[in-house]
Amino acid sequence: MSKRKLRILIAKPGLDGHDRGAKYVARALKDEGYEVIYTGIRQTPESIVRTALQEDVDFVGLSLLSGAHNELFPRIVDLLRENDAADIIVFGGGVIPEEDIPFLKEKGVRAVFTPGTPIQEIVDFIESKRDERNQ
Amino acid sequence: MEEYKKIKEARRKWEEKTVDKVISRFPERKEIFVTGSDIPVDRAYSPESFDEERWLDEVGFPGEYPFTRGVQPTMYRGRFWTMRQYAGFGTAEESNRRYKYLLEQGQTGLSVAFDLPTQIGYDSDDAMSVGEVGKVGVAIDTLKDMEILFEGIPLDKVSTSMTINAPASVLLAMYIVVGEKQGVSRDQLRGTIQNDILKEYIARGTYIFPPEPSMRLITNIFEFCSKEVPKWNTISISGYHIREAGSTAVQEVAFTIADGMEYVKTAVRAGLDVDQFADRLSFFFNAHNDLLEEVAKYRAARRIWATLMKEKFLAKSSKSMMLRFHTQTGGSTLTAQQPDNNIVRVAIQTLAAVLGGTQSLHTNSRDEALALPTEDSVRIALRTQQIVAHESGVANTVDPLAGSYYVEALTSRIYNEAMDYIEKIEEMGGMVKAIEKGYIQKEIQDAAYRYQKDVEKGDRIVVGVNKFTIKEEAPRDLLKVDPALRDLQVKKLARTKAERDNEAVKKALKALEDAAAKPDVNLMPLIIDAVREYASLGEICNILREVYGEYKESIVL
Amino acid sequence: MTELARDIIGGKIRAIARGISLVENNIKGREELIDALFPHTGKAQVWGITGPPGAGKSTLADLLISCERDRGRKVAVVAVDPSSPFTGGALLGDRLRMQSHAEDDGVFIRSMASRGHLGGVSGATLDAVKVLDAAGFDTIIVETIGVGQTEVDIIELTDLVLLVLVPGMGDEIQAMKAGVMEIGDIFVINKSDKEGAEKLRTEVEYVLGFKYAGEKEKMNPVCLVSAKMKKGLDHLRNEMERLYGQLEESGELREKRKERIRKELLRIFSLKIHELLDRKMDFYNNVGEWAEMIYNKDVKPYHFINERLRFFLKKESE
Repeated sequence: MSKRKLRILIAKPGLDGHDRGAKYVARALKDEGYEVIYTGIRQTPESIVRTALQEDVDFVGLSLLSGAHNELFPRIVDLLRENDAADIIVFGGGVIPEEDIPFLKEKGVRAVFTPGTPIQEIVDFIESKRDERNQ
Repeated sequence: MEEYKKIKEARRKWEEKTVDKVISRFPERKEIFVTGSDIPVDRAYSPESFDEERWLDEVGFPGEYPFTRGVQPTMYRGRFWTMRQYAGFGTAEESNRRYKYLLEQGQTGLSVAFDLPTQIGYDSDDAMSVGEVGKVGVAIDTLKDMEILFEGIPLDKVSTSMTINAPASVLLAMYIVVGEKQGVSRDQLRGTIQNDILKEYIARGTYIFPPEPSMRLITNIFEFCSKEVPKWNTISISGYHIREAGSTAVQEVAFTIADGMEYVKTAVRAGLDVDQFADRLSFFFNAHNDLLEEVAKYRAARRIWATLMKEKFLAKSSKSMMLRFHTQTGGSTLTAQQPDNNIVRVAIQTLAAVLGGTQSLHTNSRDEALALPTEDSVRIALRTQQIVAHESGVANTVDPLAGSYYVEALTSRIYNEAMDYIEKIEEMGGMVKAIEKGYIQKEIQDAAYRYQKDVEKGDRIVVGVNKFTIKEEAPRDLLKVDPALRDLQVKKLARTKAERDNEAVKKALKALEDAAAKPDVNLMPLIIDAVREYASLGEICNILREVYGEYKESIVL
Repeated sequence: MTELARDIIGGKIRAIARGISLVENNIKGREELIDALFPHTGKAQVWGITGPPGAGKSTLADLLISCERDRGRKVAVVAVDPSSPFTGGALLGDRLRMQSHAEDDGVFIRSMASRGHLGGVSGATLDAVKVLDAAGFDTIIVETIGVGQTEVDIIELTDLVLLVLVPGMGDEIQAMKAGVMEIGDIFVINKSDKEGAEKLRTEVEYVLGFKYAGEKEKMNPVCLVSAKMKKGLDHLRNEMERLYGQLEESGELREKRKERIRKELLRIFSLKIHELLDRKMDFYNNVGEWAEMIYNKDVKPYHFINERLRFFLKKESE
């Protein structure tokens, strides 16, 4: 029996158009065998959460380079919780100062990958959460 | 010719005898060497790598067609490039203080960064602006903010570059009115608006309207400025962001110049004479770490533009054929790891831009991969330029790398490969068509993906990232924008809206709406009227959204 | 009835999404779920959109969503994209063009990867459509790429198929010869502002003219639209409504749906028999050894197979 296909939403909240990183991660995760949903730039927290629900994803990966992460990432985690979807695992990436990471984790962002992170690290993170997702 | 034959023969011997002997005992580090953009590099270059007979046609002398060696005959022997640091964050008041600091430190031009809501035409109180107000630049809602931004800075004494695209006409209109209020007439204003919408669709993402009305707004600016604001650079055709999105050096040149051609074609179609506006077009390129490839890139770009302007667009004035450009060092080359290493990268990139003959330069600060730069970091970045200018000696002669067999061979190669791309885009029906097809985006994404895979495999070394890593403490003292800033800005906007003559605003906006629907009216005067009455950026852009609709991204992955 | 089925019928987003995952992953509970939902299906109109890559299928779907919402109808979209045959991964980007509806409660969009499992994508998509139908969506749009086998599937999945074509893709006539023309109920020529749109319409009508020689009233509608300029959509939507009415009145829709069920039964039966054979004969584990025996000429192929089957049937009847 092969492993269940994990589904991952890669989303860009906020207004910045720097999608190089998000697109790279989306494509690389596809090459790692995951089903990746990509929705383009300028997504509101509300539309990201509704997309995550409709697509029944296991993970939501957020990419943001404008510095608005402290406002927008927690908002998305909260909205998931309000929609009875706290089980969906949220991770983030982009230009995020080290000193903001504890705050984001406390708010429910499970991992933050800063520029230069090898894709394998993200894959390891996802795989380490597979059992949690299968419950 | 005899001489070439001799050299060729000598080279063959060298390869067979001297080289082979050494390689059999000491193999080279890699099988194939490539530039930062994957162009193969030979072991050594010699005179036969470049056809000297074509020297006069393809290289020639500085200040003369095809301008491969530079647009002025004396270049930095006359005057150094403009040292222009891009800055702006938070409120207009804070940014105004930073500008005054930079001018005191010897900076010679201003460069304004706007926050994302401003760049996409949303007011600070718009729902879309949550979290973004004042983050990557200064927030501008109305003329009021612009007045504060330039308070105490005489607009006839500085040149100002504004990184603004989709709503460029609105910000330019505000600048003109601030000038009016300072008593500076339009013909004294000097500066640049980026105003390059095509690369927004390709790489940067701050578009608002679909291509057709966007091109109309741009043409309106060309026409208006050629008559009213003659010293203003009406567009900065930008390869910078194309490169940041992961393109190669060849793609950067090719796609930027193809964008430029589209603007020229549109303006000519609208009835403008090439020589009436072409000398106000300027370019904006990136500077990466592969020093000699970058120098070749700038030289090839100048030659391509000159050739196309002369042969395809039949420009008569040599000014129309000159590719003048601003450079910024490559943001994507900076690493969050061991950030001080970035100072060295920026120094190499500064050299590339200067050896390539840039007209102005922004050097990135070491901490820009982490957050907004602090004052200390900005100073070091500026000092890097000053050291290259005053201590390195490279500014003492024009185009010092001309005649280097390697640089000339690379220049030719980039010229040819970029021209191939340009031809292909022309066959597709021009840049707008190629973008709508997703062709350009796909080419860039593929290059970016290849590069990143190479880094992950360790085929490309990024010092401090995939080699020579250390355990690091989290950096401290990063500049943070106060999250309460949005409230402040929203209150300011509400106050302005309460104090202005709302009847006059309504009238001005209605006039703009009517004109927007008519294709042959120049919208610039109407936008100036509206901002003068303190109509907000969001109000103006929303009116235009109603008429033109919004662009939707078409992705190719 | 399970809680999941109840929540799906109640229209709860998360339940609908989980229901689709359940059928997609073909895991325990799928059959019970579909059986529980089945009495609640049959109300939705199911449309298919297919056509070559770059024809603007998602953009058209986006606009049709708006049309349906304007008429007060709830819409669901299933967008099918291929999985990579090498890694099994997939990059699903179709919904990007429909994201302006992401916050609308009356719209549900789901991306599906073809996954290449036994029985093709049809089985999972068919059941996904049932889930959405039971959840109360009035219109369900299935969007698939038009290459190879998948476009033939779409006829079996939907009531009404829009085949989207664009001028300037080259080889138009070639495509028609290859039988693509058999697929569409309505031919939609997108990018009508582009050069060659009228020519393409003439060509399509010419080919259809042959097919329906002498019974012109049966000829499929050919609609020119420009999704970019939002032109021709009302006309298209009216044609769809007209055709739907016709299908219903003439009883064709009933026949179509019965035919769909017939095919589905066939598919499920052969799948089940396959599974049964495998379970009883341990087919996949033994097949290597059997091949070895046949290769070595130890046994004769048909004789051997008939022997095994007889053995199996005897065992079953005991």
